[in-house]
Amino acid sequence: MRRTNWLAALLIAPLLLLILGSFLVPVGLTLFRAVADREVAVALPDTRAVLAGWDGQGLPPEVAFAAVARELAAVLEARRIGDVAQRMNFERTGLRTLLLRTARAGDRLRAPYAESLVALDARWGQRDAWLMLQRAGGPFTSLYLLRAMDFTRGPDGAVSQVAIEERLFQTLFLRTLWVSLLVTAICVLLAYPVAYTIARLRAPWSSVALTLVLIPFWSSVLVRTTAWFVLLQREGPVNGALVGLGLLDAPAQILGTRLAVVLALVHVLLPFAILPMHSVMTRLDATYLRAAASLGANGVQRFLRVWLPLSLPGVAAGGAMVFLLAVGMYTAPALVGGDRDQMVTWFIANFMTRDVNWGMAAALSAYLLAMSGAVIALTRILTGGTVQAGARA
Amino acid sequence: MTDVLVRFRAVSKSYDGRAKVVEELNLDVHRGEFLTLLGPSGSGKTTTLMMLAGFEDPTSGRIELEGTRIDTVPPHRRGIGVVFQNYALFPHMTVAENLAFPLSIRRMKREEIATRTQRALEMVRLPGFGDRRPQQLSGGQQQRVALARALIFEPKLVLLDEPLGALDKQLREELQAEIRRIHAQLGVTMVYVTHDQAEALTLSDRIAVFNSGRIQQLGTAEAVYEHPANPFVAGFIGENNRLSARVLDATRLRLEDGSTLEAAPHGLPPGMAVLLSIRPERVMLGPAAQGLANAARARVEEVVYLGDHSRLRLMHAGRTDFVVKLPRQEAVPQPGSVIDLAIPIASVMVFPA
Repeated sequence: MRRTNWLAALLIAPLLLLILGSFLVPVGLTLFRAVADREVAVALPDTRAVLAGWDGQGLPPEVAFAAVARELAAVLEARRIGDVAQRMNFERTGLRTLLLRTARAGDRLRAPYAESLVALDARWGQRDAWLMLQRAGGPFTSLYLLRAMDFTRGPDGAVSQVAIEERLFQTLFLRTLWVSLLVTAICVLLAYPVAYTIARLRAPWSSVALTLVLIPFWSSVLVRTTAWFVLLQREGPVNGALVGLGLLDAPAQILGTRLAVVLALVHVLLPFAILPMHSVMTRLDATYLRAAASLGANGVQRFLRVWLPLSLPGVAAGGAMVFLLAVGMYTAPALVGGDRDQMVTWFIANFMTRDVNWGMAAALSAYLLAMSGAVIALTRILTGGTVQAGARA
Repeated sequence: MTDVLVRFRAVSKSYDGRAKVVEELNLDVHRGEFLTLLGPSGSGKTTTLMMLAGFEDPTSGRIELEGTRIDTVPPHRRGIGVVFQNYALFPHMTVAENLAFPLSIRRMKREEIATRTQRALEMVRLPGFGDRRPQQLSGGQQQRVALARALIFEPKLVLLDEPLGALDKQLREELQAEIRRIHAQLGVTMVYVTHDQAEALTLSDRIAVFNSGRIQQLGTAEAVYEHPANPFVAGFIGENNRLSARVLDATRLRLEDGSTLEAAPHGLPPGMAVLLSIRPERVMLGPAAQGLANAARARVEEVVYLGDHSRLRLMHAGRTDFVVKLPRQEAVPQPGSVIDLAIPIASVMVFPA
């Protein structure tokens, strides 16, 4: 018994390591970045230590001024001031200038540092900058998670919403949720009759139809989305047809609209809705329909009271699949959508590549993951009974 | 004059346009009877049932229910209850919802549905099971619910397609008794399909024996067992010893080993090749057989003890597999011993080969 256990553990070890190494650890580390706060601790260790003992009343002691002047000059020298400057600037715009100016001042600063720093920049004479520097000492911060929901923490620690013109992320998440749900709904509605028809086709034709569904997978998402880019152009075939048919007076701007994003997403994701539904439907026993007929149910009643509820697990699975993929889709909205149609993924990519703000990227990812998880959990609760019943079928 | 409920007239069914699964079927189902369609797989019995239920269309011919043609009526308007082999209880409904399904389709009032569901559960001895899901019931319980569901809307006719096929022997016998009781109690007409001859004999008022798309014999259980119409029926229902022979005269036959056997007058011409069928339990054994017609001595090859009877394999009539059944009370001879036997004249069934 013990030996077989060891053997079993040994056999699954490679897979376990793979999952751990390629999935759990990276995801965990990335999510950890949403709350990690290391920049100040790395760049200004002495300042951090001094500020840790400060009670936050009035201004910090002279040692703190001395430490910050010395350490800022040192990190500038080592060309590593970027990280901490950006970290503090994200806390409050303008702090980057303060830190850089102080670092560059270097030799011009003399003891007593409290006076010469304030002389250099009046902000050193205010409590706020010091409080924020103290709070950024780490090791954890709620800054990114708050900001990713349009909240901020003032120097006094009070949480408040950011200024209206800076609010962005709540709308962004709602937009992502709305577009994903819309795409999911359209996909489910389009996929159900297709899956139903394929499931009821006879032997050779069902596999032909299934192959047709799978053909889009032969080309990449990028290619398919670029095709939409070509089709939807102002001078493209879609506009041409609409004008030609007299439905439009002049070519419409379709690219860069919400319509284009939804269109491209539905096109890319439709097979993912069809396949789970088809798989559930083909496994449904046709005897149930015969039984319903023998009990007096006509075609519509057979569909509504027997076929539809028994195929719901497939609908739930297909819907969940499409929703998850839609939430995480980057290419399609980025290519055919306008600035106002971008989804959370676009901002995550932006924070990582352009702003190099991993904390924000991680915080947005964490919320995206939580949102997907919540929707999936909700789906499971809502379809719980039927999923259970379908397991036997 | 018996009251005919269902009438098959020259019904044929072919899937590929050439081979006929059911051929020129003429069959009357009497009101209130328990009719079994018995036959091996592929004999057309299930196809016949499915045509009656409306799940298959006859290629030609007509089917009437109470004098009205129904083979063009869709299944949901035929009002015929069907019990399927795999139960076909809806897994997304409770037992009570399954039973209520045909009633709610018929727009029955809620209180009426509740009363009927309750009564149906009591009829199949499952009171209190209404809130369970079918998956939570045993196979036997599921089939009881399926039976109740097929009966609850009071159809004139209930079709049962090998309903006990998936159950073990003991449960099968228990449910056979249940079905008999319900049939007697409700007086509903039942058409039952099975390949199990013992089940057919147990349940049926009449049995239609099917083979290769045709009814070989239609009659009471006793008639098909005691007076099979042809060698197929004789072989399919009950055990029998088959012997090849030639007709000597009006009552005598010559067996392959040269011996003669007396039979009741059979009306076949002398010299004709015939097939004899002799039921193992009809052969007389022991001293009592001496001096009777068709008396002989035979060597016991093998004895199999089966509790209520013993099976003896004898060397007789040129065969080494001549089987005789010996009731429990009688002394069992030893293998290798030679015993007296006699085949009663009336028990020799003669068929043209």
